[in-house]
Amino acid sequence: MTPIVELKHVSMNYHTLKAETKAIENLSLSVHPGEFISIVGPSGCGKSTLLSLIAGLLQPTSGEISLHGKSSNNNDCTVGYMLQKDHLFEWRTILNNVYLGLEIQNKLTEENKKYAEDLLDLYGLKDFKNYLPSQLSGGMRQRVALIRTLAVKPEILLLDEPFSALDYQTRLSVSDEIGMIIKNENKTAILVTHDISEAISMADRVVVLTQRPATVKTIFPIILSIDHRTPLKSREAPEFRHYFQAIWKELNVDE
Amino acid sequence: MNRSITHEQYLQKLKRQKQLIRLTQWLLCIFFFFLWEIAARKKWIDPFIFSSPYRILQTLITMIKNKTLFMHIGITLWETIIGFTLGTLLGTGIAILLWVSPFLSKVFEPYLVILNSLPKTALAPILIVWLGNNMTSIIVTALSISVIVTIMTVLNGFLEVEEEKIKLIRTFGGTKKHVFSKVVLPASVPTIINALKVNIGLCLVGVIIGEFLVSKAGLGYLIVYGSQIFKLDWVMMSILILGIVAALLYQSIVWIEKRFLKWRE
Repeated sequence: MTPIVELKHVSMNYHTLKAETKAIENLSLSVHPGEFISIVGPSGCGKSTLLSLIAGLLQPTSGEISLHGKSSNNNDCTVGYMLQKDHLFEWRTILNNVYLGLEIQNKLTEENKKYAEDLLDLYGLKDFKNYLPSQLSGGMRQRVALIRTLAVKPEILLLDEPFSALDYQTRLSVSDEIGMIIKNENKTAILVTHDISEAISMADRVVVLTQRPATVKTIFPIILSIDHRTPLKSREAPEFRHYFQAIWKELNVDE
Repeated sequence: MNRSITHEQYLQKLKRQKQLIRLTQWLLCIFFFFLWEIAARKKWIDPFIFSSPYRILQTLITMIKNKTLFMHIGITLWETIIGFTLGTLLGTGIAILLWVSPFLSKVFEPYLVILNSLPKTALAPILIVWLGNNMTSIIVTALSISVIVTIMTVLNGFLEVEEEKIKLIRTFGGTKKHVFSKVVLPASVPTIINALKVNIGLCLVGVIIGEFLVSKAGLGYLIVYGSQIFKLDWVMMSILILGIVAALLYQSIVWIEKRFLKWRE
């Protein structure tokens, strides 16, 4: 199987007035179609930078990033990006927020509009289309943000700590819902998080990064002995605890 | 809808409080004019230089009858609205330009700071020499006062938009044009409306100063001419009308705000 995302020896340096900072150094990783990858690492290690690179928002200093075997800057439309906060626009209704990506990409056709609306119907937001974002709960807003991303039919979803702005209880249920939506829609996803449990509960593989400059330290394939796996059910699997211990150790080894 | 008794009482209390405030406001206003009238009649103050509500009313009636009043109000209002519209459009336009080009923005920053601190009224006499003894100089005076503030307020509004919202547009492959039209402009509408509120007042200041210096008509002209020929009734009346005009102009901006910013409620 050819990987859908491939990073080969990627390095990334930041320039500021005071110094040059190495954010990522010689990082290689491949992600297969339909796979859910979680990336964990010490805080400030360049996890978000990694997503920006894959999305083509930043160019690597050296190395190569390819999507479907093509260099990332000439097929930018297949990547969907979900940010920490929902950033729904307060002046637009829910439906118009969902249309945002379509408007920008000049794809506001009847067919695409219907697809976006169907997604809202399917994931419990049918009655809220004409509401304003301020009238929705945090969990619902994050679901709308996901649908806004899905509306442009991306093949790869990049999730940059998308649940960190929510309180713990909402966070659990929203990650469960969003995990199911992503599985339903058969998307490839890369999740960046600092929450180890969240990483294990959602992923097929957990990638542990080193301190800055970040590179891949260890990759844990997550195999759980339960049927019909969902993020919430995963937490009950007997192996969950072992993975947690192992990843926790991996993260703390170099301190 | 079913309201409990305590809730009903609470609403009643709020309503009564509001009425009390309104009543006090009216009483204060009536008391002021009443006292003024009494003071003038009892010769506590000299009605020749302080005028009185009765004399103002008489002047008002005369000027309505000979149709000069509405001409003066109309001219001042017209000049203010033209100055305000031009100031807002020009100021917002320049702010957009400076937002598009951070280079220009940095280059012009010190000039803007100086122009902002400079009392623009000092420019009025020069403008009159350059542009002549006419309405254009008055409008340009008003414009010069409002445009710099508009540029600075609107540009600041543009720059305060959250970086992450801009990133969101970029993740959809949006260009700078999209960033502006989808996020920066709509997110800055409240700031722009606040700039309008400040502007309308500033424009009125500019127009009155301009009329002091050059005009043959308008409320500013009435004030300055009235004081020269010791027609203080004219002066006082014009100031009162000016107050009403200012309040109405401000209210019209509030009305626009309510229409365009339903989502903020």
